[in-house]
This record gives sequence, structure tokens and C-alpha cells, in this order.
Amino acid sequence: MEPFARLDAVAVPFGTPNIDTDQIIPARFLWRKRDDGWGHLLFHDLRFDDTGAPKPDFALNWPAYRDARIVVAERNFGCGSSREHAVWALYDYGFRTVVAPSFGDIFFNNSFQNGLLPVLLPAERITALKAILEQSPGGRVVIDLETQTVTGPDGAIDRFEIDLFRKQCLLAGTDDISFTLRHREHIAEFENAYEARVRWL
Amino acid sequence: MAAPATLFDKIWASHAILVRPDGATLLHIDRHFVHDGSGNAFRMLKEKGLAVRRPDRTFATPDHYVSTVSHDLASINEPHRRGVVEDLEANAEAAGLTLFGLADRRQGIVHVVGPEQGLSQPGMIMVCGDSHTATHGALGALAFGIGASEVAHVLATQTLWQRKAKNMRIVVDGPLASGVHAKDVILAIIVEIGTAAGVGHVIEYAGSTIRALGIEGRLTICNMSIEAGARAGLVAPDDTTFAYLHGRPYAPKGADWDAALAHWRALPSDADAHFDREIHLDAAEIAPMVTWGTSPEAAAPITARVPDPADVPDAARRDSMQRTLAYMDLRPGMPLTEVAVDRVFIGSCTNSRIEDLRIAAKVLNGRRAIIPAMAVPGSGLVKAQAEAEGLDVIFKHAGFEWREAGCSMCVGMNGDLVAPGERCASTSNRNFVGRQGKGARTYLMSPAMAAAAAIAGRLTDVRQFLTRP
Repeated sequence: MEPFARLDAVAVPFGTPNIDTDQIIPARFLWRKRDDGWGHLLFHDLRFDDTGAPKPDFALNWPAYRDARIVVAERNFGCGSSREHAVWALYDYGFRTVVAPSFGDIFFNNSFQNGLLPVLLPAERITALKAILEQSPGGRVVIDLETQTVTGPDGAIDRFEIDLFRKQCLLAGTDDISFTLRHREHIAEFENAYEARVRWL
Repeated sequence: MAAPATLFDKIWASHAILVRPDGATLLHIDRHFVHDGSGNAFRMLKEKGLAVRRPDRTFATPDHYVSTVSHDLASINEPHRRGVVEDLEANAEAAGLTLFGLADRRQGIVHVVGPEQGLSQPGMIMVCGDSHTATHGALGALAFGIGASEVAHVLATQTLWQRKAKNMRIVVDGPLASGVHAKDVILAIIVEIGTAAGVGHVIEYAGSTIRALGIEGRLTICNMSIEAGARAGLVAPDDTTFAYLHGRPYAPKGADWDAALAHWRALPSDADAHFDREIHLDAAEIAPMVTWGTSPEAAAPITARVPDPADVPDAARRDSMQRTLAYMDLRPGMPLTEVAVDRVFIGSCTNSRIEDLRIAAKVLNGRRAIIPAMAVPGSGLVKAQAEAEGLDVIFKHAGFEWREAGCSMCVGMNGDLVAPGERCASTSNRNFVGRQGKGARTYLMSPAMAAAAAIAGRLTDVRQFLTRP
């Protein structure tokens, strides 16, 4: 996993709430391997028409958002299916942060395992940020994980909360498995006691 | 005396191995299900040079990619689909997992197989790389979906880091009216609270309506907890639960059964336990439900009309509703019963169990579908049971295709797709844009309502079919 660096990038606003993982990555692509690359499939059916041509009404196809690395979304972003492919598609496309008032729980967890930072901001601030970005497409937002701040194109700074552990993992680029394996003895000890208690398993 | 605790609190406490300084808890996992979408997790494990820590706690069955026309592996024509099923079987064999493979009658949708085999039990923590894992909560287990990285984590360590969710209780009281089923209850709940209300919560479903449901109805309700935003939903174990589990292949036997029962009886939430949020619904107010939009919260009683965006004051919500109605090709204000339907799908981890098939068959008996329709049992054993009861004959006489077990048209990964623009009355769980196929228009409903839609060729109130001519 790549360490998460300070991000100063174009942010793309998405107007609709409940953007589910089926829209982020349609089910028919899910048989592919992680290493096959997923960026070109991101939002596939929203981005491309039946002939494979970019749809002019989809924001990612606008020149102003060509270098977007940040998504500013409505409530419940990433809801639905647990497919981690949704995070892979966002990440491989180049996104490093999604800012929203709420996220699908599983998507939220999956993001941290892949170096994608989900940032929770109050709904009012999201509405304001979106309005600014819609008014001047291509506006930049700064995400500073170290100081836990989001700086909008208007210069307003919002602080966001994040678990200290997850923050450190993102900054260092480490995943959970290597950390957990350091606790092998604890795990074995627990299993022995548990299985003595719950014999019928 | 210990502080009053909820069912969720008790399960959590009994599985906590250690707590990180930031508050995340390392939880022991009792059961882990893998399926034909788990290939990337096995590859992650291999890349790290790790083995499956507890093959005895890990169970595999292919479901998403399997053909429902035939369970002969060779009948999966597309190499990529056949490949993921072969991968699962190879990974299971290499790691020594219990596999309910394609040739095994016990194969089926993972969330149908677990309860059916008695693998899902009260007080357990169960995970699977599938968001509908909450289904198993109907047996009183804490069960939730995880992503591929977490699947790899569980394979490697039989544990998972989690932050404790809040407790929400949804109480439904009173008898259900005739023609109203578990699916209508969960859709009514989602309309009431919205698709994001459960985020960060575990939902306990309680009240006399839930108590009166059999395990199959409870499985349907817990299944769609994720559609209310909650990763897990559960129902306190009771005599219905114990009677369901008794004698199942993986249920405890003899003295173990007695010990398990004593443990299970102590699990229900204490009378004075604290819930962070409580919701009450009156079952008498629940009518047969259908969805009209592209999110499960866009649902209404069948007696209602398609909503009018002009009535929505908030501009963003109005826009979103307009886009939804355009996608669904619906006219604001039209009665839902005037919506024509092109095909019917009865199946999925929400509604493919024997009880679901019985309910649909009761409506279909002696009648005919006037549009293409298919019934896909949730497992090989459900199929066998249905055939023993003659339900397959009723479905076939009604013009339904009678298929082999799998996830099928709920998500279309096996090629069972709804064509672009087609309207599908479906007993599945998601009506998202493109969920059942590119451009597909999904209407979620109960098996009874789906059977009624097949007969009428449009959305229709099943209650008119409950009395025989």
C-alpha cells in the first residue's frame, strides 16, 4: 500500500446521494483480478455510452475534471455491495480521497485497506463545497491528513476526525494483516480459552 | 451484577481478544464463508506467503457465477466465469476448507446454505465477503459483510479489527395482514428510516411481529439490514430458533446441544439494556410493498401512486427524483398498479427459501404467468424440498422456468440478466441503476407480489389473488 501524502488537487462534485458500489463498478467486471487494473472501468456505465464513447453529461468526462483526485459526494457514498473493487477503481483512476457527509460502512472500511482516505464532513459544509466547485469547475481542494484538515477553494478550513491508528497506517502505508500477525500469541491464547468454553463449535 | 447488555453487546464482549489504543477491538471469528467472488482475497494471502489459519472454521460454496441452467461446470460457457468457480474449488481443496461444490446438493447461495446446514448459530460472529451476510443474524448471530482485504485478514488470522457499532432497536408489533410478508416489513422499515439510518449501527429487530415470524421470514428481514445502512441486523434467539436448528447437520448434538442451549438462552438483550436509537412500527399499517425507484427507500404500498417531484421542496432531492423517474420511465402520479412489468425473478439470498417458494406457489397455483418468469431456489436442498412438495410442478404449469440454485438475476454475474429498458418484478434486495443488467428497471417486492405481477403482467396487489375464484 502506498503511503498517503498531502493532497492538493482538483475536486469533482457529485450531486446524487446513495452512489452505490454497483454504479462505481458494475458487477459484470468483478471476475477480474486486482492487478488487472480498474481505473478505466470506474463509473463505467455512467461514464460511457453503449458504443464506449464518453457521455458528455458525466462530470469526469469534462476537461475541468481531467485531473481530479478528490471526490466531493452526497450522503451514503459507497453504499450497497461489499465489493472492494469499488475502492480499487477509484484508486486506480487516481482518486485518493472521497469527502462526504456519510459513507456505506463496508466501503468506508475497504478504503483504508487500499490507501484511499474517506473524509467525513458535515452535510452543510458539503453543500457549500459542492456549490463552489460547481460554480467554478476545476477548483482545488487540499487534504492534509497530518493536520486532519480540508481546505476548500474558498480558503475555508475544516478539521475532520479519523482514528489515530488508521491515520498512522495510511501515512505509513501499512495494512492490517502485518499488524495483527504480531499478536499471534494473543490470538492463540484466546482461541484455546474460547474453545474450552464453546465446545460445540 | 453485570451492567445490562444488548444481544449485540454480549456477543461482542465474548469475542473480544484485545483492544487497540484507538478503541478498535480485535474480534474472534467463529465462521467464515467464502464464495466464487473471493479469489482476490486468496491471491492476497498467497502474495503474503500466508496460509488459512482455521480451515475448520471456513466454508466455501460457489453462488454468484454459477449457471442456473445446469450445475455441470462445463456448462459455464464463459471462461472467466468458469475460472472463478474453478478457482474457488481449487483454493478450498488446497487449504482444506469444507466445500459445498457444484456437484453437491448442499451447494447454494451462501446465505441460504449457512442457516440450512446449521452452521449459523446464536451468539456467533460470522463474516463473509458479501454485504448480505447480515442474513445470518436471524439466528441470533452477529454477522456482517466485509471487503476482500478483510477476507484475506480473516483467512490469515481468524480475527478482524472492528470499532463497536451503536445499538439500534426496531420494534414491530401486531399481526401482519393477509398477503403481507417479511419482505413488506423490511421495505416498510427502510422507507421509515431511510437507507443511511443504520450506518454505524447494529439493528436488533424485536416485537411481536418479528417473534411470530419463522426463521425464514427473519432471514429476509435481517438480509436487508444493509439496505437500511446497517452492516448487521439480528433477532434474539428463541424457541423458534432452537427448533429450527435442532437436528441440522452442523448444529450441536447430545450433551453439546444442552450446553449450547443454556448458553443461547442467556443471549437475548436484558430488559433494561440501552439502545442508542429505537424505532417502532405498527404491523397493522404495513401493506404489500413495491419499490418504484433506484434505491430501496424509494418504496411504497402497492395502493399508492408514483410520487411527484413537484411535491418535493428540496431542490437536490427533487432533481434526484426526476432522474430516478426518467431512468425508471415512470409518470409522476400514476397508480403503481398501472406499471407494466416485462419479467419476474423469484430468488436471491433475500427470498429463495422453501417458505418463499411456498408463498409464491400458493398464488400461482392454477394460474398462468403472462410474461417471462423464473424461480431460482436458494440451494440444491431447497430445490429438492420444493420438488418433493410438488412446487416445481406449480411453477412450471404457471409458465415459470425452474432453475438450479445460485444468486442468478439478483446481480446477473452469471449471465442471468434483465435486458436494457426491461422492467423486472424481483424478490431480490437491490433496485440500483444497472443492478440486474445495464439499463434494467428493478421493482423489489415479496415472492407473493412477484407471483401476482407474473399473473397480471403489471405491478398488482396480491390480495386480490388470495381468494380462489
